[in-house]
Amino acid sequence: MAVVEVKGLKKHFGNVKAVNGVDLSIQKGELLVILGPSGCGKTTLMRMIAGLERPTAGDILIGDQVVTHLPPRARKIAMVFQSYALYPHMSIFDNIAFPLKARREPKDAIRQKVEWASSILGIQHLLDRKPRQLSGGERQRVALARALVKEPDVMLLDEPLSNLDAKLRASARDELQRFQRQLGITTIFVTHDQIEAMGLGDRIAVMYAGQVRQIGTPQEIYHEPADTFVATFLGSPPMNLFERNDCLVGFRPENFLPPGVLQPEDKVTAFPFHVGRVEYLGSDRLIYGTIEGAAEQNKTISKLPSTITVDIEPDKVYEFVVQAKDLKFFDKNTGKRIEPQPLD
Amino acid sequence: MQKSAAEETAVYRATTHSKTQFLFDNERFLGTIFLAPAVIYIIALVGIPFIMAITFSVTDVTVGDTSLDFVGLQNFRRIIQTPQFQRALKDTFLFTIVAQIFVAILANILAVILAQEFRGKWIARMLIMLPWATPISLGTIGWLWIFDSKFSPIDWILQYFGLLGTPDAIFGASKHLNFLGREELAMASVILVHIWRMLPLAAVILLAGLTSIDSDLIDQAQVDGASFWRIHFQIRLPLIFPIMSIALLFGLIFTFSDMVVAFVLTRGGPVYYTQVLPLWAWFKGIDGGSLSEGAAIALFLFPLLLVVAILMLRVARRSEVR
Amino acid sequence: MWAVKNAIKRTLLYITVMIFCFFSASPFLIMLINTFKQDADLYRPQNNPFIYNFPPTLENLELLFQRTNYMIFVRNSLIVGVLVVLITLVIAIPGAYSLARLTGQWGERAGIGIFLVYLVPPTLLFIPMFRIVAALNLNNTIWSLVLVYPTISIPFCTWLLMGFFKSIPRDLEEAAMVDGYSHLMAFLKVVMPLSLSGIIAVIVFTFTLTLHEFVYAMTFISDSTQRTISVGVPIELVRGDVFFWQSLLAAAVIVALPVGFVYNLFLDRLVAGFTMGAVKG
Repeated sequence: MAVVEVKGLKKHFGNVKAVNGVDLSIQKGELLVILGPSGCGKTTLMRMIAGLERPTAGDILIGDQVVTHLPPRARKIAMVFQSYALYPHMSIFDNIAFPLKARREPKDAIRQKVEWASSILGIQHLLDRKPRQLSGGERQRVALARALVKEPDVMLLDEPLSNLDAKLRASARDELQRFQRQLGITTIFVTHDQIEAMGLGDRIAVMYAGQVRQIGTPQEIYHEPADTFVATFLGSPPMNLFERNDCLVGFRPENFLPPGVLQPEDKVTAFPFHVGRVEYLGSDRLIYGTIEGAAEQNKTISKLPSTITVDIEPDKVYEFVVQAKDLKFFDKNTGKRIEPQPLD
Repeated sequence: MQKSAAEETAVYRATTHSKTQFLFDNERFLGTIFLAPAVIYIIALVGIPFIMAITFSVTDVTVGDTSLDFVGLQNFRRIIQTPQFQRALKDTFLFTIVAQIFVAILANILAVILAQEFRGKWIARMLIMLPWATPISLGTIGWLWIFDSKFSPIDWILQYFGLLGTPDAIFGASKHLNFLGREELAMASVILVHIWRMLPLAAVILLAGLTSIDSDLIDQAQVDGASFWRIHFQIRLPLIFPIMSIALLFGLIFTFSDMVVAFVLTRGGPVYYTQVLPLWAWFKGIDGGSLSEGAAIALFLFPLLLVVAILMLRVARRSEVR
Repeated sequence: MWAVKNAIKRTLLYITVMIFCFFSASPFLIMLINTFKQDADLYRPQNNPFIYNFPPTLENLELLFQRTNYMIFVRNSLIVGVLVVLITLVIAIPGAYSLARLTGQWGERAGIGIFLVYLVPPTLLFIPMFRIVAALNLNNTIWSLVLVYPTISIPFCTWLLMGFFKSIPRDLEEAAMVDGYSHLMAFLKVVMPLSLSGIIAVIVFTFTLTLHEFVYAMTFISDSTQRTISVGVPIELVRGDVFFWQSLLAAAVIVALPVGFVYNLFLDRLVAGFTMGAVKG
């Protein structure tokens, strides 16, 4: 059953088409990540779902009710802002209790729910403090607790981890996923960080220029990209692309291997790889170079795990191979994925 | 996409119900009722009087005869022809510009001082703010005594040190300077009192500007080896330039249109040598009952105010770019 | 070397502070001294004006409080001040919020427009205003001032608060709206408490303005019992050419000291209010 449904949603600011026709449907208990570079319209999309922005066209349904023209408070949503938006003049307790007071819940119920939410997030000891006395990680938990107490149909998270330092971000991500699974709250998570998206999402919607380019599980998005944007936006380093026979051929750096690594019975395609530079990163080796004979000057990268110890030296040409199943083909003009083509 | 009938009504219901129940979420509605009182107030009590002022100035309305007979630019013509007018115009400009220059310089120094920490700051601050806390007409009374023709404490001090009242004294042989009875001294007195009353507010506004400056910038300049005054002129001043120019323009308008100091101190005298335009307008329009002529005199203020307004807009726009 | 330089700097600082204090406060010192002077002491040019040549007296204060309308002026000023502050807050706060958040581009222009209204001074308007007040039958009452003073305070205060509201992160209001409040309630519960400095600045500014205002007060009111201190004291205590000098000066200093004290208490708030509203906004 779909908890949130978005139909033909558009938002234009003057000439800027921030969101230009988006259809989505989010299932109960699912964690959907909206992934895209900054300016792709992902935050606008979320703000429309929250009711903070009026769509130019299209409809939003939450729990089978059309909410397109309803203000945020009439939608059963909760939201965590990138800045956390904790009310600086209220204690942590009052911050968390704020949504409950809006519903005029009785005092006992408020206290009980605030304690419940703060115990889930381990912030019971902070309830008397003011937001400015808290660390970034603690503020993020308070913001989550404030979203939780509402017991929303859907929880919206706008890059909630981007204000944390790298170390904290990993543990916060882990925690976020654990408690989302545990409580089964339908969640929409907006981010520009592909690692967050891959690690957290049940499904990922990749957005670019106001449109959803592909929606699917992390595996689908990574291994079967729908177009060249998705192919190059995900993966680090991104997918190698070069033109051959009037179409674009792509493969991931980790699938571009020196000969002898693969089993002899694997069906492979070989490319002459002119190595330019080799970078040792401990667990991996990145080899930068070009494929000779490709239509134009191209930059190609191979990523070899440290378990492959073949000697690779700069300024030499090697025969690198890609398994046939790892070759992806895209239309040269539209960038859309097409059927595999024969390579001579 | 084809919508089912049920969906169609659901959409319809949602929209109609939002219009009534969620009135206080509607930005346009809220924006209008929030702004309406201010706009209505200003139109009713600034817009309408302003139009009336223009109307009066081209009629012959007086307190006694309230009928509005159109006389064209006759009032303006008659005013320009009086010797008082040129004098008043000159006085108004002189008084405004000189006072503003002094206020600008002194307020800068004062703001820099008040931004520092020192012992007794609290009481010093209170003393410095006093002229602003007192109604200006009352503060001016204090000065009226200080400038008194017979009992002036300044005269007494000068006499005490032999600078006044003896045959070869610097300030003359007369026992009294008679500040308000002499043309130049009267003007200087009016200007001095104005500086005195404008200084605290100007300093507070500049202080606000100074405290908003990121202290990292000042630290950086100090590390770079800049002296105090170099920091002040090359870093602080440019940064507070927008707010300073707004304060300055405010001050210009304020001083330009003020009549209280001159009214209490000199009543425009001696003769009419300190009669600034606003004061003259008051004497003509209210005291003399010639509403039309008074309105016409006051309107001479308007072109200058307009210039200031345009300058102000420029500054405001430039500071937005920042 | 640095120590000497520092000591010179400190000394210079204190000297400058004292010069400013002297310039600002000396009229009040003279007022205070003269408040308790006997006529015989005051009106002899040879007497040192800074000391009591004759014993101090309370007669001048008695005259001020018992035989003039001074207390009535003070009361009128307070009534007018408080009411005008309230009217200004009620009108300027929502107006400023509307311009800062609700009206978009259009509001930006309206904001500049309202700011420009502040440039139309009382001296330009007092003549027609005199007629309007007369037509409303409010002349000779303090209500005329209560009606008219907000025209001076509203434009500036709206502009100042607009800057203040703009400096509050929008996220906070949006969070409150997501948390279940209407836009109106989000404004009242989140924006208002965070704007306290701005509101204090507006209160101080408006109250000062009503206390200082002279032109309208002198134009509209000729009845002694309806006058405010700003006009009442200089007009009523000057009878023809007879000045009740000590009482006149006492009247000024009695207002100055408490008001100055209270302002000083709020000065940091005021500076903060100006900083957020006018400088950063």
